[in-house]
Amino acid sequence: MSYGKKDLISINDLSKSDILYFVETAKEFKKISLQDIKKVPTMRGKTILNLFFEPSTRTKTSFEIAQKRLSADTINLSISQSSVAKGESLSDTILNLQAMKPDAFIIRHYESGAPFFISNITNASVINAGDGINEHPTQCLLDIMTIFEHKKEIKSLKIAIIGDIFHSRVARSDIAGLSKLGAEIYLYGPQTLMPRFINSDNIKIAGSMETAVKEADVIIMLRVQKERTSFYFIPSIEEYRNYFKLTCEILKLASKDVLILHPGPVNRDVEISGSIINSGKTVILDQVENGIAIRMACLYILLGGRHS
Amino acid sequence: MEKLLIKNGIVVDPATDTQVKRDIYIENGLIKEIAYESIGKNKSGIDINVIDANNLYVLPGLVDMHVHLREPGFEYKETIKTGMKAAIAGGFTSICCMPNSNPVNDCKEVNSFIINKAKSFDLCNLFTIGAISRSNKGLNLANIGDLKHSGAVGISDDGRPVEDSSLMARALLYAKTFDMPVISHSEDIKLRGKGLINEGIISHKLGVNGIPSASEEIAIFRDIKLAEYYGASLHIAHVSTKGSVELIKMAKNKGINITFETCPHYFSITEESLLSYNTNAKMNPPLRTMEDVNAIKNALKDGLFDVIASDHAPHSEDEKNTTLDEAPFGIIGLETSLALTLKLYHEKYLSMLDIAKLMSFNPARILKLQNRGGIRNGNIGDITIVDPGKKWIYKKENIKSLSKNSPFINKIFKGAALYVIIKGKIFNL
Repeated sequence: MSYGKKDLISINDLSKSDILYFVETAKEFKKISLQDIKKVPTMRGKTILNLFFEPSTRTKTSFEIAQKRLSADTINLSISQSSVAKGESLSDTILNLQAMKPDAFIIRHYESGAPFFISNITNASVINAGDGINEHPTQCLLDIMTIFEHKKEIKSLKIAIIGDIFHSRVARSDIAGLSKLGAEIYLYGPQTLMPRFINSDNIKIAGSMETAVKEADVIIMLRVQKERTSFYFIPSIEEYRNYFKLTCEILKLASKDVLILHPGPVNRDVEISGSIINSGKTVILDQVENGIAIRMACLYILLGGRHS
Repeated sequence: MEKLLIKNGIVVDPATDTQVKRDIYIENGLIKEIAYESIGKNKSGIDINVIDANNLYVLPGLVDMHVHLREPGFEYKETIKTGMKAAIAGGFTSICCMPNSNPVNDCKEVNSFIINKAKSFDLCNLFTIGAISRSNKGLNLANIGDLKHSGAVGISDDGRPVEDSSLMARALLYAKTFDMPVISHSEDIKLRGKGLINEGIISHKLGVNGIPSASEEIAIFRDIKLAEYYGASLHIAHVSTKGSVELIKMAKNKGINITFETCPHYFSITEESLLSYNTNAKMNPPLRTMEDVNAIKNALKDGLFDVIASDHAPHSEDEKNTTLDEAPFGIIGLETSLALTLKLYHEKYLSMLDIAKLMSFNPARILKLQNRGGIRNGNIGDITIVDPGKKWIYKKENIKSLSKNSPFINKIFKGAALYVIIKGKIFNL
């Protein structure tokens, strides 16, 4: 099994077997994090630039740890202190960094399509660590890995994705990836936060929270940002809490062994009851743990594969 | 156990599109039986109230979906109680009040206050319309879910347009989540500017700023486009111009999910009513030209309109007893709405079935008022019994509304409601 592309920009670029390959590889790498000495020499001599144009805790740390456990040389570019802040264009920044011969760029950018743009002007591998409202492919892969740890197959699982779908790069990647694996996807949230153009039979917009959650095998809750009260997407956080929060009561409608995922950061008691998290009914921390394995796998497949 | 038999009336039922002489038996507030043969033979006894409706029309209880009560905040203009009394006097069993009270009905507290206060009087049914935007200010969405869950049947910023198209778009989408109808006061308020009355010959003659018909039509066109694009249900309030009628035709031909309302004054009188600077003929949208009046009448005849509502807007005598500039917009209409509409019946623009649709069936359907708007078994016993031939004079001293701001005072009318039956309870007018 191999993956022929130099970049990981969009889940849409992956075939079903590509996705399974990433997940299978990650399973192996997960073991490394469980060892006493959490380091292998696989990526020795590789230079990886982490370019985060937007704040990130989880994803940034996860990528860094993945790189360190693979023994890569890692450089974090803090955008606020870089020449980007002095007005250098994105393409000039990348071309200059490219001249330093890195093997990979990890890109988090507030604009959709930025990693794609970068991938076209560099020979190095580019991994999209989240771009605008577009995609977050490694999050999708770690979500799939987490689901596979509990479910034999994703085909014909009922998966509810609830919340701010429209602004969620996680949702876009998850919908694409889970669709490739044959899931039945139900989306729910205020209509202002729903995608409006969907032309796929396996994706449905639910008329109510109950419809979305009923007999669901997996529920992926999304964060709603306070900023959504401006620009009229929602009236208030209080109202969101009253009508769009996953509560223990609604959760009873779901399948008995339902998996609850959340990409974080969680707004407790806004999109999900704190008590659901406290009672250990979610796999949020498994997702974080698997994130490292997935990112190790991505680096290995993109960088290791090309040189082996 | 209230029991009521309405016999020998011509029952006008828009739900089945029929107009047949039938008897109706109401028990415990619900319609129990409808029959061609007199039910009276086997339903008799001293405990049954009987109304002989011979030669009268029996309509499903009339619904005025566009009323301004002024409570809370402006109780000197109208209270919930006086508004409901005026509604019954005008033949209505249900009214829907707009949210522009003070405080604005934009939250569950105000909404519950109005609903509970209305329930404390044994008068007509009152349904609330909540706000689209907080305080009707057009800056952020009101808690529309809360409004729905505390009993509001629709949302509107009526009195003001939603100027920001993106707010209107999101309101349509967000309201759709809660299956909540949106009612638009469609107006380009900047184009209205300082306008007071229709812009035209009369505004020129009086030397006052005019309100161009385009200020209504531009906004209606925008709202039609938004409803079409977002596939949301929208109701356009108080349509007044010929140009708007053209837009309605376009929207209806395209099958867009949008409904339209006009008010009796727009098909009854023109801007000429303002010639003596008559502040009781000042409202927004303003009275237009004879050409507009004819266009509205013909559109009603052609079935382009869905609803006739009064836009009952009480203001005190002191507030109206001033210059055109200073006087507030609005006239009362609850007690004249039916009579003005019956004039179109006499002029053969509308049938009695049309009237039942425009003033009961459609408003109930648009606002999803369950078990109202039609005469069928199991429906709520809300009935309006109409005598289209009754002559009467609209006298100021008889007005039930707390305010008297009407251009129709002392007018002779032909046609009135004789009885209003609300949940089986008889109000003999």
